[in-house]
Amino acid sequence: MLEVNGLRVSYGGIQAVRGITFHVNEGEMVALIGANGAGKSSTLRALSRLLDPAGGSVRYRGSEILALPPHRLVEQGIALVPEGRGVFPRMTCIENLRMGAYSRNDKSAVESDLEHVLGHFPRLKERAQQLAGTLSGGEQQMLAIGRALMSRPKLMLLDEPSMGLAPIMVQKIFEVIRAVAADGMTILLVEQNAKLALEVSQRGYVMESGEITVTDESNKLLADPKVRAAYLGE
Amino acid sequence: MDTLLQQLINGITLGAVYALVALGYTMVYGIIGLINFAHGEVVMIGTMVAFTVIVSLAGSGMPLLIVLGIGLVVSVIVCMVLGWALERVAYRPLRHAPRLTPLITAIGMSIVLQNVAMIIWGRNYITFPPMIEKIIYDIGGASFTNVQVAIVSLAAVMMVGLIYLVHRTKIGMAMRATAQNPHVASLMGVDINRVIAMAFVIGSALGAVAGCMVGSYYEIAHYQMGFMLGLKAFTAAVLGGIGNLAGAMAGGILLGVIEALGAGYIGDLTGDFLGSHYQDIFAFIVLIVVLMFRPSGLFGERTGDRA
Ligand SMILES: Nc1ncnc2c1ncn2[C@@H]1O[C@H](COP(=O)(O)OP(=O)(O)OP(=O)(O)O)[C@@H](O)[C@H]1O
Ligand SMILES: [Mg+2]
Repeated sequence: MLEVNGLRVSYGGIQAVRGITFHVNEGEMVALIGANGAGKSSTLRALSRLLDPAGGSVRYRGSEILALPPHRLVEQGIALVPEGRGVFPRMTCIENLRMGAYSRNDKSAVESDLEHVLGHFPRLKERAQQLAGTLSGGEQQMLAIGRALMSRPKLMLLDEPSMGLAPIMVQKIFEVIRAVAADGMTILLVEQNAKLALEVSQRGYVMESGEITVTDESNKLLADPKVRAAYLGE
Repeated sequence: MDTLLQQLINGITLGAVYALVALGYTMVYGIIGLINFAHGEVVMIGTMVAFTVIVSLAGSGMPLLIVLGIGLVVSVIVCMVLGWALERVAYRPLRHAPRLTPLITAIGMSIVLQNVAMIIWGRNYITFPPMIEKIIYDIGGASFTNVQVAIVSLAAVMMVGLIYLVHRTKIGMAMRATAQNPHVASLMGVDINRVIAMAFVIGSALGAVAGCMVGSYYEIAHYQMGFMLGLKAFTAAVLGGIGNLAGAMAGGILLGVIEALGAGYIGDLTGDFLGSHYQDIFAFIVLIVVLMFRPSGLFGERTGDRA
């Protein structure tokens, strides 16, 4: 579904992503793990067209998407949940969710999706009219995921959904991700929390200083002594 | 007592105009963080265009109200196109430039527009033909005219319309989202360039209406009038908290009232050393005081920006 070939990202002179190649199949959840500064977010920012990559190609369902402006991606079925959530702080929860459906014109389906998403996240339902900026970090993360779902994506790109959250909240968020994946969503999950990411995904890529160094099925990566030593703190 | 009431009435009239112009500054600032110093000149062009249209239609035998209406509409359309063109030609290419660059460009555009206006309409004051028959109403020792009533009510309608647009429509939601996080807004499918252009176009339309109001209130226009008007409206926007729509409205009215009261009492206060033609200093006193003690403005303090 998504094929990334030789993707490169640089900031001025610094090469953050040095020609990486990977793919995500339809219906699959793929984890991209790596330490701080490995280039994971830069990869997602390039995929979602928030920055112009220095080179490479990104094919989505067979066609090149690097030529599209960011606002055209959502209509293709790609949704990004950005690092740090990126909720609209001075909009209510409901308004944030409605922004997720901004590109859609099927009003009645949007309303039923809204009910559906709020059903997924009872916490957001209770806080429907609260400004998103006043939500807790975990609630904001739920909101960001819910907002992405509101666009009815075919491919979701998640950037560190566990960042800065208490373990209980991380569990909850991952339950949601699992449920979304079980519904058949294709997901590219970027995480520093390698253990969790590998537990929920089918395949994984390990990124180090801008390059992909290891790739395998997630359960094999979980068992790999090198990966365990470097990313699972053993 | 009657001075107080009278100056309040005048202040609210003036303030309604400031508020409309201030909205143009604050909308653009809220979305791209640019102070569009050419906005005052857009307002001036609005006044001038309305003047030209009204004068050339005056002898046509059309009913007065229709003539005024056409003047207003043409002025609004010209200003919308002008605002759109300013963004497209002058500011968009500088979107990613250091902040000072578009600011200097804005000042440059303001000079360009002044000179264009000077070439078209000349260097002299233009007096509006006295077309509207003034009706004067008295209340409690003070008076106001039908023109003032029209100005304040039209401004109120425009402001309610803007609030509706920003809070209840899809394009309004896109504007707010873009102001809060342009990158994420684009990921939701918002075409940022379109939203930014809209902010300029809407702000210019409000400015044109304000320009027509100024013209009909003072019955005089000049190619440099946009400078002082723009500076005062900018002060009003800062007073209310730049980037904040409600702030621009409140700041405009408040500044108008401060200025009118100041003009009414400055003679008494200074033992007639300074006369009411010094009223312009109040806007600058307000600007300096706000920038010194509350640069975020009255409504500027944001809560919940934690992201
Ligand atoms: N806007 C930027 N300007 C300059 N350098 C940047 C910028 N953004 C990222 N970098 C650099 O690029 C490299 C990769 O950063 P990136 O954010 O992609 O890492 P990451 O894998 O997402 O890390 P983390 O797990 O901490 O989020 C880092 O060395 C970082 O300093
Ligand atoms: Mg990151």
